[in-house]
Amino acid sequence: MTTLELRGVSKVYGEGPTAVHALRGIDLSVQAGALVAVMGPSGSGKSTLLTIAGSLEDPTDGEVLVGGTTLSNMSRNAKARLRRRSIGYVFQDYNLLAGLTAAENVALPLELDGIGARKARAAGMAALEELGLADRASRFPDELSGGERQRVAIARAVVGERRLLLADEPSGALDSANGDAVMRLMRTACQRGVAGVVVTHDAQLASWADRVVFLRDGRVADQTAPPPGPESLLAPSTGQGQ
Amino acid sequence: MSVRHALLALLSEGPKYGLQLREEFEARTGEVWPLNVGQVYTTLQRLERDGLVESDDAAEDGPQKGFRITAGGEQELASWLRTPPDLSSPPRDELVIKVLVALRLPGVDVHDIVQAHRRYLVELMQQWTRIKQDAADHDLGLALAVDAELFRLDSVIRWLDAADGYLNRAATWPPAAAPAASSLPKLRRRAGVRR
Repeated sequence: MTTLELRGVSKVYGEGPTAVHALRGIDLSVQAGALVAVMGPSGSGKSTLLTIAGSLEDPTDGEVLVGGTTLSNMSRNAKARLRRRSIGYVFQDYNLLAGLTAAENVALPLELDGIGARKARAAGMAALEELGLADRASRFPDELSGGERQRVAIARAVVGERRLLLADEPSGALDSANGDAVMRLMRTACQRGVAGVVVTHDAQLASWADRVVFLRDGRVADQTAPPPGPESLLAPSTGQGQ
Repeated sequence: MSVRHALLALLSEGPKYGLQLREEFEARTGEVWPLNVGQVYTTLQRLERDGLVESDDAAEDGPQKGFRITAGGEQELASWLRTPPDLSSPPRDELVIKVLVALRLPGVDVHDIVQAHRRYLVELMQQWTRIKQDAADHDLGLALAVDAELFRLDSVIRWLDAADGYLNRAATWPPAAAPAASSLPKLRRRAGVRR
């Protein structure tokens, strides 16, 4: 099942000779359960692609479909509901609310969606427990390490019944071990049927994805082939008596 | 990878048989470096010749022959661990040569060449990352060996990214600033590139 589909998506900022063509005719499909990384240099259109995929911005041309529904046919309210219920966002700078505890931050999108506080907190706690953060639930963001903050942000992004997880440089300021932990969590979410898109310039992060799409000047320039099994790298034993 | 010193390291833990040495070598390196059993015995013979290990004289050559490290072997191992590998002059890197050659060929889009190599490297990294993902948390040898490969491949991709950036900027340079024909020999002399 295709969770996210971009059909001929273009985005132009400004008009006339000063117009900036951020995206030019992007086609991209992400199946449920798949993690796709989008790589490219600064200015290649990576972040614009993510904001359009998440309905935070409208394309100038083309269509975006989430769960088979065309976003351009939806009302503003319906889009807002889709963002609250179906799409989770992870940003480089975590975007946690400083005045709320980890558990309250995670439960917030559910409460905003009208779910009762008790039920929302229970779902939030479940998401934190799944990410190994149950003992941090009552801490405020400034009492958490960078790695913990990003894990709370991921818990917030996957809480409830999210179908699409969008991440922009999710381990930007984290060290390698914490970056790995973040990507491991994203993969775990995808294994449960969520479709994930990670935008990054970091090949180590991108290598966690099932497919890597390379953007250049707002176009899909290339993408990786489905990876063969890891056994292809582990050379067979050279055997006996050679 | 120095098989010689890896075997000395294993023997520094206590006497071991030839077959056991091979199995432990592969286990410690996460089976990333498979070892030919013939290599083990040839290396052990040389280590014995050099007085760095001793064997059970009575036993015949074969998987059950036992070996132990000598004081000289311990000293050799300690000295090897602290000796930095020779990274002082860059090896002649085939990828760098290919990009430099592409730069001079008319009708070749160097960005496409760079991207073809970038894609291949990312695909390799995806395979290594799968291994890391599937590895048990306690398999420290495998985690370190896989990370070494990932960081190495990542550094090559970073160079390709930087090369792409240079190419973009170079496209706006005036013609006089294009790379001179003599720039490569100069670089080779300066950097002492190995042949």
